Amino acid sequence: MRRSVAFVGLLIVAASLLYAAYYMRGFGEPEHTAMDDYFINNAQNETGASNVVTSIVFDYRGYDTLGEATVLFSAVTGVLVAVRRSLKRGMDVEKGMDAKKDNGGDGS
Amino acid sequence: MSKIVRGMASILYPLIAVFGGYLVLHGHLTPGGGFQGGAVVASAIALAVVAYGSGLYKKGIFSGFESFGLLLFIALGFVGMSCYFFTNVFANTGTIVLFGQVVSYGTTSPPFFSGGTVPMMNMAVGFEVVGGLSLIILALAQASFDDETEVEKEVEKEVGL
Repeated sequence: MRRSVAFVGLLIVAASLLYAAYYMRGFGEPEHTAMDDYFINNAQNETGASNVVTSIVFDYRGYDTLGEATVLFSAVTGVLVAVRRSLKRGMDVEKGMDAKKDNGGDGS
Repeated sequence: MSKIVRGMASILYPLIAVFGGYLVLHGHLTPGGGFQGGAVVASAIALAVVAYGSGLYKKGIFSGFESFGLLLFIALGFVGMSCYFFTNVFANTGTIVLFGQVVSYGTTSPPFFSGGTVPMMNMAVGFEVVGGLSLIILALAQASFDDETEVEKEVEKEVGL
């Protein structure tokens, strides 16, 4: 019973995807080209950066990049908070190892 | 790690770091940018950590990198506040120091000192990504210090590597 329901669901999803794929416009022919044309024609003159992708990321969409940088910053903060306890323990162990190494002398 | 890994890492580590720096510095001319180049430099640091252990670097310098990069990025956004936030005020001004050389449409070999705030923001984001990803790598490496690595070090000591 569950398998047949899943099979019917799969058929419905596959049929809608095939329908969408059949009526899709060709690759590289977007419906609205106004913004793309504007970037391609004016990005070099306006920002002075020859890499149009970078000029979009850091100039036209600067807010978005600020958000990305903030996300990375908070991710790092979250990782450091999450491993704080074991980080302290690991550093203590490492300090002990270093002390032993200093006393015993390292071969390499 | 073994001597082979250490030797290869000490050869490859500077090359990877230089390639990452190139990606950051030329982000406004060729494919690449702050995020990608910073990730490459952080991968070089990850290689060094894998080969030589997590005691190689202090976390303080990467923490400083990260904060400095984000603050520089926000400051460069505020530079354009005379018009609006994130205005590229240095572009096409003609001053070489501020990356202001003029680039016209269709230039195939553009000058390096062009792009205004774009290359500066690339460098800021590069600093931030290097600091952030290296901090994550170092924190996970130091936190996962367990009995296995201890045993490995003991074995290395006995063998005399």
